[in-house]
Order: sequence, then C-alpha cells, then structure tokens
Amino acid sequence: MDFSLLLQDIPTLLVVILGVPAVLAAYIVGGEYLVRRLPDKNRPQVRPWIWVGPALFLVACFLLIPAILTAIQSLEGNNVDVLDPSTWGPNFVGFKNFARQFADFPTGGAWIAIRNNVIFWLIFYTLFTLVFGLVLAVLFDRVKYEQFVKSLIFMPMAISSVALGLIWDFMYEYQPPGEPQTGTMNALVTTFLHHDPVSWLQDQWPGETFNLLNNLALIGAATWGITGFAMVILSAALKGIPGELLEAARVDGAGEITVFRRVILPLMMPTIVVVGTTLVIFALKAFDVVYVMTSGNYNTDVLAYRMYNQLYLASNSGGASAVAIILLVAVVPVLIFNLRQFRAVEARR
Amino acid sequence: MTVAAAAQPTSSATMFSPKWIAEHLSRWPLHIAVIGLTAAWMVPTIGLLVSSFRPFSGQATSGWWTAFANPTTFTISNYTQVLSAGTTNLGQAFFNSFMIAVPATVLPVTIGAFAAYAFAWMKFPGRNGLFLALVGLLAVPLQLTFIPVLSFYVQHLHWTTNNLEATGIPGLPWVPLWLAHAGYGLPFSIYLLANFFRALPSDLFESAEIDGAGTLTVFFRIVLPLSVPALASLVIFQFLWVWNDLLVALIYVGGTPSVAPLTVNLAGLTTSLGQGSNLLTSAAFFSMIVPLIVFLSLQRYFVRGILAGSVKG
Repeated sequence: MDFSLLLQDIPTLLVVILGVPAVLAAYIVGGEYLVRRLPDKNRPQVRPWIWVGPALFLVACFLLIPAILTAIQSLEGNNVDVLDPSTWGPNFVGFKNFARQFADFPTGGAWIAIRNNVIFWLIFYTLFTLVFGLVLAVLFDRVKYEQFVKSLIFMPMAISSVALGLIWDFMYEYQPPGEPQTGTMNALVTTFLHHDPVSWLQDQWPGETFNLLNNLALIGAATWGITGFAMVILSAALKGIPGELLEAARVDGAGEITVFRRVILPLMMPTIVVVGTTLVIFALKAFDVVYVMTSGNYNTDVLAYRMYNQLYLASNSGGASAVAIILLVAVVPVLIFNLRQFRAVEARR
Repeated sequence: MTVAAAAQPTSSATMFSPKWIAEHLSRWPLHIAVIGLTAAWMVPTIGLLVSSFRPFSGQATSGWWTAFANPTTFTISNYTQVLSAGTTNLGQAFFNSFMIAVPATVLPVTIGAFAAYAFAWMKFPGRNGLFLALVGLLAVPLQLTFIPVLSFYVQHLHWTTNNLEATGIPGLPWVPLWLAHAGYGLPFSIYLLANFFRALPSDLFESAEIDGAGTLTVFFRIVLPLSVPALASLVIFQFLWVWNDLLVALIYVGGTPSVAPLTVNLAGLTTSLGQGSNLLTSAAFFSMIVPLIVFLSLQRYFVRGILAGSVKG
C-alpha cells in the first residue's frame, strides 16, 4: 500500500477529527452564553430550541422536506426542478410515472421488483430469519459456551453487505458439469445429491414467470447476515422468562416440545412481533446484496435497486420518485404499527 | 463469559457415577446440534478466508477445502497484489472510509445528545408531537430523500466532488455525505438517548440546580458521564452503519476514487476485476478488518444498542 499518500493526508485527518467536535462544542457553549444574556423569564422559552434546533433542522432538511418533495416529483416530468415551485405547474404529468411502473402486469414496469420485495423477500427473509434466530436462541440457551457461539453467529452483522455479497458469490460459484466445482454449494450438490451443478444466481426455477430459486439464493445470503440480530434479541427475551414457570410446567409432566409451544412461544410473542416488523422493513429496503450479486438481472430486481437504476442508468427522476413512493406505501403499515407500539409503551409509563 | 462458571459441573450427581454419565450422554445431541450449526454458519466466511490465501491457479480449478491437502501452496500474494496495485485504490478508500465514518458518527451522536436532553428534561410547546414524528421517521426509506437532496447539492449549491476538491479545503468533499448521514442517523440517535436520559433520576438535576449549576454543567458533568453505556452503543452502531453503508455513499459521492469509501470501491472492483477474481477475496477481507476489530472488542455495547430497540435502516 502507498503509505506516503496517507501521510500527505494528515492535515485532512486533523481538521476532520478535531474540527467537527470543536464546531459542535462552540455551538452549544455559544448558545448557552447567549441565553444567559436574556432576561430570566425568557430563558426557559428560548433554551430548548437552542438544544433541539440543529437536530430538527437537519431532520427537516434531509428527511421530512425531501420526502414531501419526492412525492411532488413523482407527479412531475423529468424536466422539473423540484426545488423551484415555478417549474411544478408546466411539468405536471399526473399519475403517468406511476402508470408506467404499474404497466404490463405481471412482468413489465416495476412488477418484478414489487413481487420480489413484497412476496419473496418479505415472506422468506422474515420467516427464515425468525425461525433460525429462534432455534439458535433456544439451543444456545442450554449450553455453557453460549456467549462464544453467539458471537460467532453474530459476526456477519459487523461486516458490510458488500463483503457479504462477495462471500456468497464464492459460495454460489458455478463450474460446468464434469469440471471440479469451486463453489461450496455446488460441491455439496454434486457430491451428496448427485445432481448437476446449479447456477444459483441465474437459475430461475421453477419457471419464467415465477422465478424463485435465484431470489431465494439472494435471500439466503441476506438471511445468513441478519440472523445474529434476531438471535440476540430473542435470546434476551428468552432469558427474561422466569425459570419457575418453566420448572412448574416440567414438574407437571410437560415435555420440552410442549414447554416450548405452550410456555416459551406465547411469552416471547411480543418480542417476535417487534423483531418481525424490523425484519419486514429490512426486507422491503433490500439493496446491497442485489446490487453486488446480480445487479437485479435474471428477475431478481427489488424496489430499492430499481429506484437507483431509474435515477442513474435511466436518468428518469420522475420514475425513480414513483418507485420511492411505492416503497413508502409498502412501509407505511409497518410505520403505523411502530407508532401504535410506541404510544402503547408511552401510555404505560 | 466467566471461566469459573463454565468449569462447574452441570449435574448434582457425583462425577463419573452412572447417573452422571447418563446425564452427560443425553446432552450429546444438543452439543452436536449447537456446534454443528455454528460450524455451518462459519463455512462461508472460512471459505473466503482460505481462498484469499490461495494462488489464482488453485482458486480457479479446485474448491477451497482441497487446499488443506496441500498446505504449501498457501500464499499472501493476493494481499500484496491487491494492496500494491495502483488501480484498486484500496489504501485511499480505507482512508476515505475513516474520513466519512468519524464525522458521520460524531455529528448525529452529539447533535442527537443535545436534542435528546431537551426532549427528556426541558419543557417546550410541541415536544411530544415532535418526538412522535421522529419515531415515525425512524422507518422511512431513505430512497424517498435522495433526489431532492442530490438536486439541492448539485444544481443549487454546486457541491460536486470536483468543485469541492478544487477549493483545496481539507475534508470539504465529504461534507455533503456527513450532513446526509447526520440527518439520517438523528431520529435513531435521539430516540435511543432520550429514552436513556429520561430514566436518569430527577433528584440529580434538582440538587445540581439548587447548587447553582447551569444547564451546560449539568449536561457535561452529570448527564453525559452517566450515559456512557448508551453513548458507547450508539457510537459503535452508527460507526459500523456508516462504515458498512453502500447506498448513501453511492448516491452522494459516487465512485470518484479520491473520495469513495471502501464499500463503494469494493463493489466497483467486483465489476472491474470480474466476479470470482482471486484479488476480490483479499480485498473483501481487507474491508472487514475495522468492523471486525470494533465488533470483537466492543461487542457488549453493540449488542446493548441493538437491544435498546433498533428500527433503523
């Protein structure tokens, strides 16, 4: 590696590492200094806004206002400058952008991406992760070296999805039949199942309109990465179940399976629901794995990737906005559910 | 993990008595399942790790598991090649990732701590409504924000990478990305910290105020020191999130080698080197070094952050 390059960049490093905290400290100390100059009775009115001000400003600028502008842009043609309201009227196209995304059911427009997101990813990613997470949490709870095996399962959470995609590219490698297989999955398939090697990322089994296999291959890779997340939360919930309850059930003659179904599962249900909703959001936002492994080819497109594609490769900002709005609509039920949960928790305080 | 606890026998039966042996044998299927599942889970990572030490000729013609039959062929040439090749820019990308991740962590955590303090311990009109709005924004897809923000940066402020680099001010080319990450990270940051601050005992604040301590003193001397666990979780969470982020970096700085982080660089290499290239294995491991060090050394805090209720993404 060219280390001299990094040495040249030391000024940048210092400016960045010292400069940013210095600006923040100066802001809050300066703000307090100004508040103290105010008459006593005005201070409690002004002070909170000094403290929440920057946060509200950034959230408004980067989340709230852009989201509203994207909604407007989705109704406009590509010549609009969405930040300039005077261009809104002349470029208004109504629901044309959406019509294009919803055209030619079931294979045209955004339909493949919608199907992959709201059927394949949402169901299989959420289900696989919950099942694996629950099984691992319950099994690991019974051994002494729990912490050690848990951190091994959890480790993929720390690496980027780009690296995860590369790891699985190598797992799914394909060589023609007869050649020695270099990918782990195909070595297993050819050695133990005596089946021809499978081109995991391109094989659209069972058919052209219902392309399950390669989507499942992508979902499997993503599941491998996120299972540790579900396992850790479910494991914490499992430890919260009082031991006496389980003992009582066992004394009454219940087998381990019955204890799991009748005692553990019902008590863990609230946590399973919370983890499940988080996973649903992750499933709907899936992007990195698709970007790295298939670029959305072979009918593996997802909404987040389609949006990126429309924006950069097709330079179609109206279409990209429409796809983003479709993604939002898919997330809204989860969002409402989250808000309800939050309110219920607040009410109990 | 305490060694002492692990060393204690599970059973109440005398060691090596028939009952003791029976109890231990009955637990074998459990141990086999636990160790088997964990081993299976590690196969993908180990496969890539082993491959990264194999020469190209080996990688292309046989599986990574065959390498153990002939250990002399292991080599570090994939690493030396990928790090020295001028075209991969991995060293620069590594530096860029730090330049992006450090401020993009400091900003949302600090600004979030200011706001969380106000939400938890100050009274102002609209407080509950604003907090509820933040909770709602936790799950909003970032895709919804890219086009207007990008258009504002590029068409209105002319903050393109070229223009910002031309000013010669260190760090400036990443400012758009820092601000975006700050905006995106704030709802989670405020949510987590406000919940933590609110749980601090109110007597602390009252007695400090009676002693004449100002808001700043209370914040820096009482609230922050007591919140180190929550702050640590949040810092690790946000740092790893930014370090591992591909999408936001791709949108706001793109692939320009002088500013692009490791994730963007690595994703670019899969295209330029071709999927399955032997150099990708070592490049992928290089990109994992920092997250793995952070994760292994601070795992406890990372897990705590996740348990505090994350719905970020």
